[in-house]
Amino acid sequence: MTTESISLTVNGQPRRMDIDPRTLLVQLIRDHLGLTGTHVGCDTAQCGACTVHVDGRAVKSCSILALQADGTEVTTIEGLATGDELHPMQQAFRDCHGLQCGYCTPGMVMSAIELLKHNPQPSEQQIREGLEGNICRCTGYQNIVKAVQQAAGA
Amino acid sequence: MKRDLPASAVRTGAVGAALPHDSAHLHVAGAATYIDDIPELAGTLHIAVGMSTVARGRLVAMQLDRVRAAAGVVAVLGHADIPGEKCIGPVKHDEPVFAIDRVEYIGQPLFAVVATSLEAARRAARLAQVTYEEEPPILDYDDAIRANSHVLPPLTLVTGDAKAAIAAAPYRLSNRLLMGGQEQFYLEGQIAYACPREDGQMLVYSSTQHPTETQFTVAHVLGVAPSQVVVECRRMGGAFGGKETQAAYFAAVAALAAAKLKRAVKFRADRDDDFMLTGKRHEFRADYEVGFDASGRILGLEMTLASRCGWSADLSGSVNDRAVMHVSNAYHLANVTIRSLRLKTNQQSANAFRGFGGPQGILAGEHVIDDIARHLKLDPLAVRKANFYSADPSSPRAMTHYGMRVEDNVILELVTELEASSEYARRRAAVDQWNAREPLIKRGLALTPVMFGISFTASFLNQAGALLHVYHDGSVMINHAATEMGQGVYTKVAQVVAEEFGLQVRQVRITATDTSKVPNTSPTAASSGADLNGKAAQAAAREIKARLAAFCASTHGFDAATVEFRDGRVMAGAWERPWEEVVRAAYMARVSLSSTGFYSVPKVGFDPATLKGRPFYYFAYGAAVSEVAIDILTGESRLLRVDVLHDVGRSLNPAIDRGQVEGGFVQGMGWLTSEELVWDAHGRLRTHAPSTYKIPVSSDVPEAFKVSLWERGENVEDSIFRSKAVGEPPLMLASSVFLAIRDAVAAARGGVPALDAPATPERILLACSAGPAA
Repeated sequence: MTTESISLTVNGQPRRMDIDPRTLLVQLIRDHLGLTGTHVGCDTAQCGACTVHVDGRAVKSCSILALQADGTEVTTIEGLATGDELHPMQQAFRDCHGLQCGYCTPGMVMSAIELLKHNPQPSEQQIREGLEGNICRCTGYQNIVKAVQQAAGA
Repeated sequence: MKRDLPASAVRTGAVGAALPHDSAHLHVAGAATYIDDIPELAGTLHIAVGMSTVARGRLVAMQLDRVRAAAGVVAVLGHADIPGEKCIGPVKHDEPVFAIDRVEYIGQPLFAVVATSLEAARRAARLAQVTYEEEPPILDYDDAIRANSHVLPPLTLVTGDAKAAIAAAPYRLSNRLLMGGQEQFYLEGQIAYACPREDGQMLVYSSTQHPTETQFTVAHVLGVAPSQVVVECRRMGGAFGGKETQAAYFAAVAALAAAKLKRAVKFRADRDDDFMLTGKRHEFRADYEVGFDASGRILGLEMTLASRCGWSADLSGSVNDRAVMHVSNAYHLANVTIRSLRLKTNQQSANAFRGFGGPQGILAGEHVIDDIARHLKLDPLAVRKANFYSADPSSPRAMTHYGMRVEDNVILELVTELEASSEYARRRAAVDQWNAREPLIKRGLALTPVMFGISFTASFLNQAGALLHVYHDGSVMINHAATEMGQGVYTKVAQVVAEEFGLQVRQVRITATDTSKVPNTSPTAASSGADLNGKAAQAAAREIKARLAAFCASTHGFDAATVEFRDGRVMAGAWERPWEEVVRAAYMARVSLSSTGFYSVPKVGFDPATLKGRPFYYFAYGAAVSEVAIDILTGESRLLRVDVLHDVGRSLNPAIDRGQVEGGFVQGMGWLTSEELVWDAHGRLRTHAPSTYKIPVSSDVPEAFKVSLWERGENVEDSIFRSKAVGEPPLMLASSVFLAIRDAVAAARGGVPALDAPATPERILLACSAGPAA
């Protein structure tokens, strides 16, 4: 197996390693770095459970190669909190019961943060359309939308 | 959001509080451990299965040399490698773990590849050269009926004389409704991680709703006693019924490989493989003739409910039984014959999915009501009211067609309240005015009730156990039979324990469901998790309280009956001490601080041969009004507004219950609108990924989604703190979406529309395009 060298920053920590060039970003995050908060839901870039930030943009990490993230700054769900203090979006999902089984939650939180970055005061319809790339099978989305509204007001 | 509770139920405020899910702080931080997140033991191997590419036929030969030689492959396992039972299944053992001499669906496992990575296993599995002697697959209802192909023999429920009642009725009609299946699409796919232990024991981490059945399946396949096997499940990333029976397969195959190779083995199904391997909600066809009077009241009903059960029996018996019973929904049926056909077809084995036959039975019944209303040109709501069960339990109209008397009927009261709060009458007129004015966008409105029976119809399953430890510093650990799949049962049971001890919920540690802690568990299914396990945990807590009370009474010389546990203190009259101090003193005096708890549901008993008896402890009630718009040129539909009023009794946790109502409704809406499963003529499932299978997303749900828990709700039976089960019933509120679409189609073309479920744009367009019916 040939390997390629990759350097990137994950949750503020510089990382350098040699990987199989076919390694997906989600595999690098979960299997190589042990950051298992990023989940694999559908394996095919549809459900959004594996969403992370690459240079501040929300990316479904099962849909890109790790090598495509070479030289970038990656943030996963584990990188959002400051010590014990949750990111306002994390806090909002907890406060508003924006989760049930919790499997989609990390990806949903990452997408929601990016949504507010581009549109800090979205309408309800804009929130609903902005989260179309993330499937939640449990909640019916009502409390997820409320969580994003709370975070936008925070 | 917090609701008032009677004084008898409120002490610490633990029960009835809108507390967040017990793992919410972990979920938002990515710190909740699912099975794929457990750090792997060194040398862990991975599994993929080779699947049949033929839907029906004889397995002639399998050439697996190329599979064995592929990179990373450690072993290839087939039926000959199974030391114990080669066939599994929850009721009938009719599912070979690996095909033996025949194949019965496209996707059926033929062999397992164990490799150093999941990718290596999946690549290798595709290198098999398999020779089949193909036979034409049985897929269609009529083909199965003609071929006498059944997973279980036909069954008929008879009450009164339907034929005579229909013949004598002033009005009659007949019709057919097709209902599609539904993929559970739990976000976390099927997964099991098997770790061999010393002396032939096996620990399996399984994403399962039924740890005991998983334990027994593993033991049977390995040929060992179930006491050799421990199954643990801390949480599932969704299940919805899909992990009630089907999880056992993944656990058994992982354990088989682990036992054989003496290494830890993980079996995580890739999403595509999961779709192809595992079952879905049953597809149903309802054919009926109904006789009725001028008010729309049903006088007689004959129905044939046929379901496509797939290749094996699984739980199809119970699913179809529930469908037969729920045809009545909230309506009295005096003269009924319902024939139940559980057809064997060459597809994935249809299995449990939230509602468990109830949704199909209820939709069939509601379709009958809707037909009658359209035939008589009456408002369907008026016809519904004309048919409701009587609220007087002594009335003959309070008797169900399966012989159970309805003693808790609140449907008219609840529907009347929703009718007013949703402004049904005003909006009915507004929709009619819109439709008179607008040629291309038609609107529809429907109010449908739900009356859902709570209990396992297999009466023996209505039991639960709990294990409660109080450590001598006063900290508390609860373990019970229910599994957590997001529905919040762990939170609710912890609330019950905290309530009993007068502690804060955060003082109660909830631990993973584990067959070595609580044995002989029933599946977490039938909406029963909190009902059964809340009671079992309560029994355990009351046992420990009784011991502590007796200890305090004997030490201090007062009556044990006067001892109370509240606000973190133990008190009797003027005497009181902190909980921790009393626990410590009891420990020093050698009082046992650990107890099991057990609960068995009273009153239920049911004969599955005649479908008569009391299958349910009580009923959960609800109703929804949906308003939709359809575009008659494209067939697109949109839900504009929905109002829900749902009875959860006295809620254990209104935040969790509201989430169940909202989530259940949207899942039901998906079943009836966008989620379409398509098998081709060869029996190959063509919709096996989210790219082709459309689950509702956030923008499919309207802003106007008004959900209320019924303030007057209270369980008349002695359920846990008078609450009601909430897992499944709300899903069936979505019948209102389907019937609102049907209403809009009727506005487009007049008459009685021919619209099957799911109401995809294609079906809506076809229904609108057909000429006006008589």
